[in-house]
Amino acid sequence: MTKAFPILGLATGILLSYALYMALVWAPTEQTMGDVQRIFYYHVPSAWTAFILFFINFGASIWYLIRRNPTADIVALVSAEVGVVFCTIVLVTGPIWARPVWGIWWTWDMRLTSTLVLWLIYMSYLVLRRFSSSGQTPVLAAALAVLGALCVPFVYFSIWFFRTQHPQPVMGGGGSIDPRMLHVLLINWLAFSCFAFLVCWSRYRLEKIQREVEEMQALESLTETPRSVR
Amino acid sequence: MNSHIYLYSAYAAAWIIHIAYLTTLVTRYGKLKREIEELKKNR
Repeated sequence: MTKAFPILGLATGILLSYALYMALVWAPTEQTMGDVQRIFYYHVPSAWTAFILFFINFGASIWYLIRRNPTADIVALVSAEVGVVFCTIVLVTGPIWARPVWGIWWTWDMRLTSTLVLWLIYMSYLVLRRFSSSGQTPVLAAALAVLGALCVPFVYFSIWFFRTQHPQPVMGGGGSIDPRMLHVLLINWLAFSCFAFLVCWSRYRLEKIQREVEEMQALESLTETPRSVR
Repeated sequence: MNSHIYLYSAYAAAWIIHIAYLTTLVTRYGKLKREIEELKKNR
């Protein structure tokens, strides 16, 4: 698997470059918004990728709560961390799109507010994991992740349940999209999904090595302690 | 012209966030490598 990493990395790099070209050059220009609509090719795939990662975090947290499996704990941590990165991109690119289209950077509308709340929940999850040294931290974090995951469908469906300024969803929203735009959107999503997979993989390996080193350091300090006591 | 500024800002922001995160991973990996070297020396 490690040998495949450079090849997958190169393939993902090519795919990301191709997706960027498709988004900036190949995709047709939207008639009312103009070129600023192209932000959508980064904003929407980032949101979908973040949702998938939060869903993985949810599954891994449930798995950890049931089995206390350390691999599940690492998968939960990694997916939350990378999910937060993608969610940050959603929260940054959204206002940059909104400024020329709506005339404002931000509004306390249900979709925007719930996305911000979702980001805050997963940020608190990461803060808990980073700064709590209790043995119960993975359990508490897993419980928080389960609660956080409940927010994901709420964010997605908020535009159906509430009157919001946010555009309707691309999939299942009742609206229509130019097939070429949909094609570019899906290519960008594929590219970001591959990129997210590679980042998660690297982060997973890093976390695994980190835990092994911590274990070795703990063992070393245990073997050193009797000498200092004597 | 104005819409291009927003478009490129959004794309640049997305990549700055990704690169910043990847940089933290590389830094953490470097720190870990040093810790492994230290552990090997102590053995």
